[in-house]
Amino acid sequence: MPFIPHTHADKASMLETLGIASIEDLFDEIPERIQCADLSDIPDGVSEMAMLRHMADRARQDESGTCFLGAGCYDHFIPAAVWDIASRGEFLTAYTPYQAEASQGTLQLVYEFQTMLASLTAMEVANASVYDGASALAEAILMAIRINRKSKSKRVLIPASLNPSYIATVQSIVTHQGIKLDLMPTLDGLTPISDIDFENAAAVVLQHPNFFGLLEDADSLTTNAHDADALVIGVVNPMTLAILKPPGDWGDTGADIVCGDGQPLGIPMASGGPSFGFLCTRMAQVRQLPGRIAGRTQDKNGNDGFVLTLQAREQHIRRAKATSNICTNQGLLVTAATIYMTLLGPQGLHDVASACVHNTHWLVDRLTELPNVSMRFAAPYFHECVLDFGEPTEALQQRMLNNGILPGYPLTGLIDNGSQAMLVCATETRTNQDIERYRQVLADG
Amino acid sequence: MAETIFDKSRPTRRAVAQRVAEGAVQQLLPDHQVRSSPPMLPEVSELQAVRHFTNLARKNFSIDTHFYPLGSCTMKYNPRGAHRAAMQEGFLSRHPLTPTSHSQGVLACLYELQEILQNVTGTAQVCLTPMAGAQGELTGALMIKAYHVDNNDYERTEIIVPTAAHGTNPATASMAGLIAKEVEVDADGDVDLDSLKRVVGPKTAGVMLTNPSTCAVFERRIQAISDIVHEAGGLLYYDGANLNAILGRARPGDMQFDVLHLNLHKTFATPHGGGGPGAGPVGANELLAPYLPTPMVTKTESGYGWLEQSERPNSIGRLSSFMGNVGILLRAYAYSLMLGANGMRNVSAYATLNANYLMKRLSIAGFHPAYPDRRATHEFAISLRQEAKETGVTAMDFAKRLLDYGFHAPTTYFPLLIPECFLIEPTETETKEELDAFADAMIAILKEAQQEPELVKQAPHQQPVGRLDEVQAVRHLDVTAH
Amino acid sequence: MPDFPSDLRYALTHEWVRVNGKRATVGISDYAQTQLGDVVYVELPEIGTPVECEGEVAVVESVKAASDIYAPVTGKIVDTNNDLENAPETVNADPYGEGWFFVIDMSDEELPEDLLTAEAYSAHCQDEDDE
Repeated sequence: MPFIPHTHADKASMLETLGIASIEDLFDEIPERIQCADLSDIPDGVSEMAMLRHMADRARQDESGTCFLGAGCYDHFIPAAVWDIASRGEFLTAYTPYQAEASQGTLQLVYEFQTMLASLTAMEVANASVYDGASALAEAILMAIRINRKSKSKRVLIPASLNPSYIATVQSIVTHQGIKLDLMPTLDGLTPISDIDFENAAAVVLQHPNFFGLLEDADSLTTNAHDADALVIGVVNPMTLAILKPPGDWGDTGADIVCGDGQPLGIPMASGGPSFGFLCTRMAQVRQLPGRIAGRTQDKNGNDGFVLTLQAREQHIRRAKATSNICTNQGLLVTAATIYMTLLGPQGLHDVASACVHNTHWLVDRLTELPNVSMRFAAPYFHECVLDFGEPTEALQQRMLNNGILPGYPLTGLIDNGSQAMLVCATETRTNQDIERYRQVLADG
Repeated sequence: MAETIFDKSRPTRRAVAQRVAEGAVQQLLPDHQVRSSPPMLPEVSELQAVRHFTNLARKNFSIDTHFYPLGSCTMKYNPRGAHRAAMQEGFLSRHPLTPTSHSQGVLACLYELQEILQNVTGTAQVCLTPMAGAQGELTGALMIKAYHVDNNDYERTEIIVPTAAHGTNPATASMAGLIAKEVEVDADGDVDLDSLKRVVGPKTAGVMLTNPSTCAVFERRIQAISDIVHEAGGLLYYDGANLNAILGRARPGDMQFDVLHLNLHKTFATPHGGGGPGAGPVGANELLAPYLPTPMVTKTESGYGWLEQSERPNSIGRLSSFMGNVGILLRAYAYSLMLGANGMRNVSAYATLNANYLMKRLSIAGFHPAYPDRRATHEFAISLRQEAKETGVTAMDFAKRLLDYGFHAPTTYFPLLIPECFLIEPTETETKEELDAFADAMIAILKEAQQEPELVKQAPHQQPVGRLDEVQAVRHLDVTAH
Repeated sequence: MPDFPSDLRYALTHEWVRVNGKRATVGISDYAQTQLGDVVYVELPEIGTPVECEGEVAVVESVKAASDIYAPVTGKIVDTNNDLENAPETVNADPYGEGWFFVIDMSDEELPEDLLTAEAYSAHCQDEDDE
């Protein structure tokens, strides 16, 4: 029996203690009509060796080549130590640190993570993660409505330059609480700040750099929103904050809530999950922050230690009035990200971010030298850029894939005349040779 | 003094192997967009980082190091084979937006997992995207809401949950814009049918139940409950937190549940990771299947592909940036391949045997099961109320003292309606010796409570820290090191 | 034994009321603070907020629980005890004095009839304990 340790003698002795003849007797409270499920569609069990052989075959099918895809998930290098340590059983197989004295490792790590995220975003407090970037934004919007309840408004502005899957996710999750999402249109890839009607808006969302890789005018948006008593929710890629002005410093007093996806911080792309979402805010709003928070305190002997704190916000205590229904978060990925940020340090993270900016600009320079390729938008961009390829991207993408290159994210239906456009990205892992090869295959047609 | 990684940091120290060739970016980005001072990340060597986090790891209890009988969490062994299967290069390096032509491997795994979970739960269709149990619950609540709206039944705004329900159930109702109403539980731990009849009606959108219930007993009158709810026009939601108890021998679909979620990090042995990630796939019968979220995986003559919103117009929509926690789904798939149908039935058989055996040993020793006349399921509740009255030693004190004996504490004070409650779930992967050792520790602590109560009240004594002051933690919030 | 001053009236939900003309000062009882344990946070209403009898007005939190505080009378909030923000432990130390929560300007001078006397409230707490 896989993973079940009982010997015949164990079983016999346990049944004897229970005074029953068979394990089946233990199920006598289940009405007979609903017993004996038919599992005929499920194959017989196989050995670990056979399972791994099968899974290796499947995994090999998906090795598709050199990645120039971004759009919310990025191909960064992950130092070996990150997952070597994160995969230790004590991190991998522990659960939520409810028994603090038996969970000091996880709790201290979360406290260090909160410190790093707060510093990266220039906010005052971070939680211990939510599911992913898209769901983090949904939580951020619900949080903003709670914070700004004085405004009595449930109108939230979201930019058309926001990642489309974030828009879709937010729509699925927040509209059930009466929240009205209004889309701010995009002009030349950017959100035109002076055109925004903040009237009666409880909050405004800005992704920066935006989905198209472009740098928005986050300063003006923040100041204008605050002038209109709307809160500002920043959606950011934490990697970019090694270089870019952090949301806590945007405009007059900075963003009020910051969220995003932690995947760039040591998490493999792995089909997009598991990754983790992060949420940061000001201390004044900490009681509206959903999810777990670790805090430093002391034990009865006066030694420092860590606990989960402010639990009265959470579902297990507050039930229907909790800040969110979230319980399980993405702890293991937070562990990996904390180790990653520690190994990189401020300079290392800056170097990685710089290399991404540099490589993407070099890729764009080299590709736009080709006669049919041009940049769609003129604004400054970080490490992603929309290119027009002068031919339908569907066929182009297959041609590149057949040559072992994932060329970018087709924007059909996402921007005007998008069927010939792709969002491209070159992280620090792309070499000059990779970029030259992309250019060559593209030029060969 | 717990030294944080920031205490070890020294300006300009680096883990040099992690450098990359830096390109100059000054002229590429406008000055006003650039950060003025670097973030305060630690500046340490690679060895310092490795040592720091390795030593932190050693301060954790985990399944790999300790018996972890945390009720309702199903802390069973997490097979390393399943972990390795998901950590292969082809899976890890796959970008989520890779075209399906180059994603047939992962899509095949996900499709087959959908089929396995459909079969195990007795549902018509399963969607894998919800990222944890609570998101699965939200999915189900939104599907129920969408169904009623489609039937122009706008008055159905109430979700009924038992008083003993997990906190996520009422919190989910609120998130879905519904109102949570409670139904009483009777003295045997079953839902009180009279109370249920009183609370269901034309406003009932649905009823959320766990079976076995959070009181750790099987809901025997599930058929009657189903009839009452359905006759009132409501729908029945199954919270799969306790599926380990009935895996392979009773299916929520056969109990007339309309929609359900599973916790793969419980029943399907994926690692809990210090609080996550989980995965909370949702299954539904024919009635509700059209409302399942997107994306789902489909199989056609040309291979596996995604079903998006355009193909599923009634769907409640997208819930994650990409496709939920695929890595966790792959582990659950690998685990179910190794178990097969027989292995699944053995899971529930031995999980139930272990729980009943441990309950019996504890009751022989004088402890008080919350429902002494009922079978344990995969878990059971005991009440330490009498012990607390006699000795002043509470369930929390017992829990802390168990740590000194080398056992993670059971779930304490849940469900709330059982005073001084321990919810104990040994799981099928523990040996009889381990269960006996746990029972012996409980007996020893009871003796300590009677003879030397302060020893237990001041516990733990042999952990990295003594009992921590949670009151101070809230009154003087310290949530970042800077 | 918890203390129940006889000059106060009590709600079944464990608030006490002290009336002075149309001003009703409200807090939570000694019994309630004992049940909650160490109070770590009190969320108070804004001055000027109209309140309905039995409507939710404030929240009191301990480490393990959070309880809503209901208005025992109808009226308008005219004062709140902002000292509780930095010293929530006052609720434990002096529930009937320095640990008051807020003052309501009552729209009706008569107290609702279902507010309990100290004696009746004491019996109510005894019943809750026995459950």
